Amino acid sequence: MALSSKDLIGLEHMSQEEITLILDTADAFRAVFDRPVRKVPIMRGKTVVNLFFEPSTRTRISFELAEQRLSADIINFSASSSSLKKGETLRDTAENIAAMKIDMIVMRHSSPGAAQYLADVLDASVINAGDGPHEHPTQGLLDIMTMRHKLGSLDGKKVTIIGDISHSRVARSNIYGLTKLGAEVTLCGPPTMVPGAMEQLGAKVEYDLKKAVRDADVLNILRIQLERQSQMVFPSNREYALMFGIDEDVLRTTKPECFVMHPGPMNREVEISSAVADGPRQVILDQVTNGVAIRMAVIYLLSGGDPGSLAGRG
Amino acid sequence: MDWKSIPQEYLVTNVKLCLGGKLSAKTGYLHVKDGKVKAIGDGELSVENVPTFDGNGAVLSPGFIDVHVHFREPGREEKESIHTGSRAAAAGGFTSVVTMPNTLPPVDSAPMITYQFDRARESGLCRVFPTGAISKNQDGESLTEFGDMVAAGAVGFTDDGTPVMNGSLMKYALQYSKMLGIPVTCHAEDTSLAGSGVMHAGSWSAKLGLPGIPRVAEDSMIYRDCELARATGGHLHVAHISTKGAVDTVRRAKADGINVTAEATPHHFTLNHSHCQTFSPMFKMNPPLREEPDVEAVIAGLCDGTIDCIATDHAPHTVMEKELMFDQAPFGIIGLETALAVGITSLVKAGKLDLGKLVYLMTEAAAKIYNLPGGKLEEGTDADFVLFDPEQQWTVLVDEVQSRSRNSPWLGEKLTGRVKATFMGGRNTWLDKDFS
Repeated sequence: MALSSKDLIGLEHMSQEEITLILDTADAFRAVFDRPVRKVPIMRGKTVVNLFFEPSTRTRISFELAEQRLSADIINFSASSSSLKKGETLRDTAENIAAMKIDMIVMRHSSPGAAQYLADVLDASVINAGDGPHEHPTQGLLDIMTMRHKLGSLDGKKVTIIGDISHSRVARSNIYGLTKLGAEVTLCGPPTMVPGAMEQLGAKVEYDLKKAVRDADVLNILRIQLERQSQMVFPSNREYALMFGIDEDVLRTTKPECFVMHPGPMNREVEISSAVADGPRQVILDQVTNGVAIRMAVIYLLSGGDPGSLAGRG
Repeated sequence: MDWKSIPQEYLVTNVKLCLGGKLSAKTGYLHVKDGKVKAIGDGELSVENVPTFDGNGAVLSPGFIDVHVHFREPGREEKESIHTGSRAAAAGGFTSVVTMPNTLPPVDSAPMITYQFDRARESGLCRVFPTGAISKNQDGESLTEFGDMVAAGAVGFTDDGTPVMNGSLMKYALQYSKMLGIPVTCHAEDTSLAGSGVMHAGSWSAKLGLPGIPRVAEDSMIYRDCELARATGGHLHVAHISTKGAVDTVRRAKADGINVTAEATPHHFTLNHSHCQTFSPMFKMNPPLREEPDVEAVIAGLCDGTIDCIATDHAPHTVMEKELMFDQAPFGIIGLETALAVGITSLVKAGKLDLGKLVYLMTEAAAKIYNLPGGKLEEGTDADFVLFDPEQQWTVLVDEVQSRSRNSPWLGEKLTGRVKATFMGGRNTWLDKDFS
C-alpha cells in the first residue's frame, strides 16, 4: 500500500485506506519520540523547501521539526502573498525553486487552490500546509490521530466542530477526513459563520450549542479570528463567549468521557475558557506532539517510504 | 474569385440567408455595391460584368453586434487595444461593438469618445460605438456630461465594472438620459453584499473555501434599477444578467411596461459554478457563474424575449493576471471569437433555440438596444455581413486567438459553428484560413 498521489493537497480526494495508512505510519513515528535519539536517517540527501506565504509559527515549526527528525536538508522561504500580486506569479516562484532541484515543497498560501496549482506545475511533491480557507490536511490528520488514540475506531463516533466554519481550512479537512472514517460530524456556531451550505460537505449543522454538544464524543473548538468582528460577522467576543464559548458549565452537559481539542492558538475566555483549556478533559498538547508525527509520516510516504520497514526501526 | 481582393461591386452566391430571425431553406444571393447592399434575396440574380463569389453553401447573415465589450484603450493596451479588439471582433463575425467606458482614464468626456472613434477608424476592422461613464472618473458621485458625449457619438452610459451604489445618482442618470433618448446600462451588483466575493455563493464556494457573491447582490440592484426606470421613464439596459431572480424581475418589469432591456452572455447560458472546482481563473467572472436553475432561467429568458440580446462581456486580461490564484486574478473572459460557436453548440444543437433566433439575438435585437445602425441587410443598408458554417466543428486553439489576450474558458474545447468570412461596409475584415 502506498499513497496514490505525489502530493498531499487535501483530504477531500483521499481514500479511507490512504488516511489510515498515514495514521498508522504516524503511530510508528510517534514511538520514536520516546527514544533518546529521535532522529532517523530516512530523508538524508533529500531537500525540502518550506514555502510560507502567510505567517505561521506552529505549523512551520512542526514541519521543520518533522523534516529534521527525518534528516532532510531544509530551506525556509517566507514572503507575503500580496507581494506576488505586483509582479512575480506563484508559477515564477515555484519554477525558480524547482530549477534548483528540490524534492518536496511544503506550502502555506492565502489562496484556495494554491497547493493544487503548485502540484500541477511541479514534478516535486507538494504538501499543502493550508491554502486559504480551503484545506489544511496535516492539521485534519493530526486531529484525527489524536481522536483515534482516545476513541479507537472513529466509526459511528460523534465529533462536533465549533467556530467560524466558513473560513476554516481546519474544519474542511476535519469534515472530509472524519466522515471518510465513519464519524458523524456536527458543525456549530452562529449562522454567519456556519452557513447552511456547509452541509454539502457531508456534515450536520446545528446552531444550538446545547444540542450540538449533548451526544458528542469530541468537541473540536476552532480559533475565532477576532478581526472578523469588524466585518459584522458577530457582535462581540463577549456575546460569542456567552453563546458558543466552551467552559466548564458546557462540559457538564456533555457525556462525561467527551474530550476537548483546539488547533491553537487559543483565545482564552472567548471560544474556550482557561479552566477547560488547562483542565483534565483537553488533549491540546497531544495534538501538537501528534502533529510532528503526522508530518513525518506524510513526508516519508510521499517520498516513497515503505510503511512496512518502519516496524523494525521503531 | 479570390476573397482577398474584393472589388467595389460584387455578388455573393450559393449562400443561405439568415434575416429577420429566419434561416432560409433556399439558396440566395447578396449583391454589394460601394459598401452598400444593392440587392439581397433567395434564388438567383444575374448581373452583367460583376465578379461573383461562391459562398460554398455558408449561412449569410447581418454582421454580429456585441453590445458589451472591453477594448481597454486607452490605458490597458497590454490586455487589448481598439485595433486588437476589432481584430477579435472581425474573427468572431462581428461588425459592430459597443465598448464599455472603464478604461484608464475612464471614458467620461466627449474628447475621450472622439478618441475612441478615431482609433477605431484607423483600425478599420469593426464599427466601434463607445459608451460613456455615468459618473466623472467613475467615482459614483456626479454625472458626466451626457449631452456633450452624445453629441460626440456616445450610444449609452454605464457604470460597468464600478456599480452605482448611490440610488439617487442612478435616478438622475435615467432621468437625464431619457431627454437624450439613450439607455443607461447597469452592472447590477450591490458591492456591500458582494463584499470580497470571487465566485457564486453556494455549495461550491462552501466547499472550495472561496468567498461568495450571493444572488441577492444582483437581484436587489436589478429590482432597484427597474423601479427607478419605472419612476423616471428612462431606458434601463441590464448588462450580463445571471440569476433566475433577476430574469424574473425583468420579465415582470416588461409586463408592467417599464422601459427595460437586458442582455445575457454566452458563459452565463452555458457554464455553472461547478466549473470553479478546478480553481482555474478562466471561470472567474463578474457576475459569477451561477447554478443550473439560473442557467436555465437565462436560456428561458432568451427564448421568451425577456432577455433581448446576447452580448459577450469580452473582458481581456493578460496571461500573467489570469495565472494568479483564483481569489487574486481579475474577473472576466474574452468572448468575441467563440460567441457564435458557443451559441450554436449549447443552444441550437441542444435544441433550445433555432439558428435564426440565435442570429437575431446577435444582430437586429442587439442593434435596437443602443439604436445602432446595422443588424439588418436590405437594399441601401451598409454591407455588414458574415458568412459562417453552422455545422463545422473546430477546436479553440490558443495560437489562433486574435485578441491580444487569451483568457477563454473554451481553450482546447471542441465547438460547432465557424465564422468563415466577415465584411464591414462591403470590405473583407476576416477570412478563415481554409476559405477562398
